[in-house]
Amino acid sequence: MKHLMDINDLTLSQIDQLIATANDIIADKDKYKDVCKGKKLATLFFEPSTRTRLSFEAAMIELGGSILGFSEAQSSSAAKGESVTDTVQTVGCYADIIAMRHPKEGAPLAASKRTTVPIINAGDGGHSHPTQTLADILTIHREKGRLSNMTVGVCGDLKFGRTVHSLINALSRYEGNEYICISPKELVIPDYVKANILEKNKIEYIETTDMEEYMPSLDILYMTRVQRERFFNEADYVRLKDSYILTPDKLKSAKPDLSIMHPLPRVNEISVKVDDDPRACYFKQVVNGKYMRMALILMLLGIEVK
Amino acid sequence: MKIDSIVNGIVLDHIAAGNSLRIYKFLNLDDLECSVAVIRNCRSKKYGRKDVIKIDSIIDMNLDVLGYIDPNITVNIIRDGKIAEKKHLELPERLVNVIKCHNPRCITSIEQEVDHIFKLTDRENIIYRCAYCETKSDKEEIW
Repeated sequence: MKHLMDINDLTLSQIDQLIATANDIIADKDKYKDVCKGKKLATLFFEPSTRTRLSFEAAMIELGGSILGFSEAQSSSAAKGESVTDTVQTVGCYADIIAMRHPKEGAPLAASKRTTVPIINAGDGGHSHPTQTLADILTIHREKGRLSNMTVGVCGDLKFGRTVHSLINALSRYEGNEYICISPKELVIPDYVKANILEKNKIEYIETTDMEEYMPSLDILYMTRVQRERFFNEADYVRLKDSYILTPDKLKSAKPDLSIMHPLPRVNEISVKVDDDPRACYFKQVVNGKYMRMALILMLLGIEVK
Repeated sequence: MKIDSIVNGIVLDHIAAGNSLRIYKFLNLDDLECSVAVIRNCRSKKYGRKDVIKIDSIIDMNLDVLGYIDPNITVNIIRDGKIAEKKHLELPERLVNVIKCHNPRCITSIEQEVDHIFKLTDRENIIYRCAYCETKSDKEEIW
């Protein structure tokens, strides 16, 4: 694998390898502190991001490497009308590896055809965000000790939520996972996800509007935000918005080892009162994301640490 | 109706009835200087009705494009009045600059020099998706 554009670019054994490396980094950070000395990561963010860009930069710094780049298109030559592919080809002359976010879908793939430097898709519009999925996978693996035989609840905006589609896609490659898709009717999971992933792989799933009914059966609850602008009328939004806010009350019937996840940023869909619940994993996802990005940088640079 | 036999040329046979003019247009056959016959709605043992196009010259033809438009077409290459070669088409795995991606959020909508690449993702239902954004192709839009 030269670049990472989509979670499916990784084989299951490569995902296992990334998990093993990330866990090894967590266990012995010192061992990794200089392994990328002299290497440069360029973070090319054509649209703003807090978590992902800082996570990539922190990852490279913790590996002993350096960082360069820009955090918005206005501070790059894109503002002068340079094409994305030209910008990336130029940066490829300075950096050893590139993490790139762009509002247009497929921009990192187009750029990857013009440079020999490994490119990581750090989010391309609503299309794909594979390193978020890697963060989710490591979190599930660390919390559950497995990636198979789980009942996974996905809740909120299942229509536009790329992180949900990508997680379902990734976990569908492991045996015995089933899904409870909890959303308002306006935001159900798209047909192509049902047809191409769930039904094609004969995976059991239930679509429901009721979070509480299925709460006791869940091993994982992956929350996403229900956005006001997705509704056709305000009345529907007001009627439904509280149904998808997770509170301590709604968690009363949940399993003691439930893992509550969220790709962040959250607005109000998880009450801050849930943050102290030991089952809350969303800030662990942030930390794990950095370790998975460290493991990914090492894999793409072909650096093996004994 | 009598159409002269071809000595050296190409016959596109088993075109789905009604599709010949679209194929004529898509292959830019009106740019050719040789004779081209479009025969519509003739009897077919295989399909009931079919269209046929006869081209009185052996020209380069993008068979991937033709396979995408209608994989049931048979391409007969005629030399010295005889069928020298018979090609049965199939759906190509990949199409480059044949279909345009119409997703306004796709990188191809702003980068002029990026090839429009579509991949066959479901052979049974003939579904192609953009390699960049995975938008499903709209077959009607290429015509």
